[in-house]
Amino acid sequence: MNPRRKKRLALTSVIVLAAAMVTGLVLYALSNQINLFYTPTEIVEGRGDAKVLPEVGQRMRVGGLVVPGSVQRHGDTLRVSFNLIDLGPAEITVEYEGILPDLFREGQGIVAQGVLVAPDRILASEVLARHDEEYMPAELARILKGIEHVPPSQWQNADYNRDKDSRDEEQEEEQENNGYNSTGYNYDL
Amino acid sequence: MWRWLHPYAKPEATYQLNQRILPWLAVPGLILLVIGAVWGLAFAPPDYQQFDSYRIIFVHVPSALWSMGFYMGMAIAGLIVLVWQIRTAEWALLAIAPVGAVLTFISLFTGAVWGQPMWGTWWIWDARLTAQLILLFLYLGVLALYAAFEDERAGAKAASVLALIGVVNIPIIHFSVYWWNTLHQQSTITRAVTRLEKPSIAPEMAWPLYISLLAFLLVSSALVVMRLNNEILKREVRRPWAQALLLKNSSKT
Repeated sequence: MNPRRKKRLALTSVIVLAAAMVTGLVLYALSNQINLFYTPTEIVEGRGDAKVLPEVGQRMRVGGLVVPGSVQRHGDTLRVSFNLIDLGPAEITVEYEGILPDLFREGQGIVAQGVLVAPDRILASEVLARHDEEYMPAELARILKGIEHVPPSQWQNADYNRDKDSRDEEQEEEQENNGYNSTGYNYDL
Repeated sequence: MWRWLHPYAKPEATYQLNQRILPWLAVPGLILLVIGAVWGLAFAPPDYQQFDSYRIIFVHVPSALWSMGFYMGMAIAGLIVLVWQIRTAEWALLAIAPVGAVLTFISLFTGAVWGQPMWGTWWIWDARLTAQLILLFLYLGVLALYAAFEDERAGAKAASVLALIGVVNIPIIHFSVYWWNTLHQQSTITRAVTRLEKPSIAPEMAWPLYISLLAFLLVSSALVVMRLNNEILKREVRRPWAQALLLKNSSKT
């Protein structure tokens, strides 16, 4: 390679490396701002190395898995409340009035945006579903994971509340048989 | 390797090579595109939780993956422009950028259309979506910068610098779903492949996806090759080889 090209190659590499380093440092410094949501553990124990606790009244997003059995509907209204967990023991209660996304389910990952009204309670104005990276036909999901997904818009048709107990028992049995449980699948936050 | 690559610094040699490989890209590409689309949209089973909505994966994932792939190709062309100052590479930059921009736009658009019913929102400023939007702006920026200079070679140089620096964004797009928490789910295929695991997608859904991935690569490459040949002809139209080619083609018709 002739010396002029060598020089240009060196200069180009230095510029690209410098750009990469600058971007890397900026992103590292901003990492808490880039995270889309707090996890329940972060709300209870604080976020980052400094363990900064969110304040009551703060507008925030929380993301986690819906605790199975914690979904409560209030009569015939759209009001619903449920608990969220992540890898830690902390649980956060989300209250929401509105239409849930079709992917909502017990054990599903969701992101809720709202106001922290108590240290462990969020009044959500928006609930978004955050599903995992697994794709399979309904048959396989039933056999492998014991999950039968019913979108919230179908809950009434499927007699969600009446059958809920018997369905839960069935699910538990299947999970024992398969060694799976609905919150234990691969979900790293 | 240099001895093997050197002839293609000459536009004529690149043009001839492109003409030879074009049918091998376009024909299998279009056939696979049809197979992938029909298999994916009509015959693959519905997902257990997204039902039929997941089928956008057969367009969304290929376009998103190759929007990054073609960006890398464009950046390599940019490196050649800056270091070796080969004109064919300048035109390659110009040939790749619009194709990549369209792929990026398709991935953003299909993602939004899918996000509304599935997540519950068209758009959210999470790390993955934002980084992909920046990729679109990088492509458009490269094109704009290229055209902003009176002197085309100066424009190509400036566009190459932007294309190269923009490479920083590619790992950010890919790893955004691991480095930060996002609404976008994590990758199904690339992660499994790099870890030599089985992808967490059922085989009867995965196969049409693989076919679509290959089809998008072939069709987009064919478009790039066609565009590059047009750029070459446009600039070289006064050269003897191009004149001879024109004469030959016009006498044929």
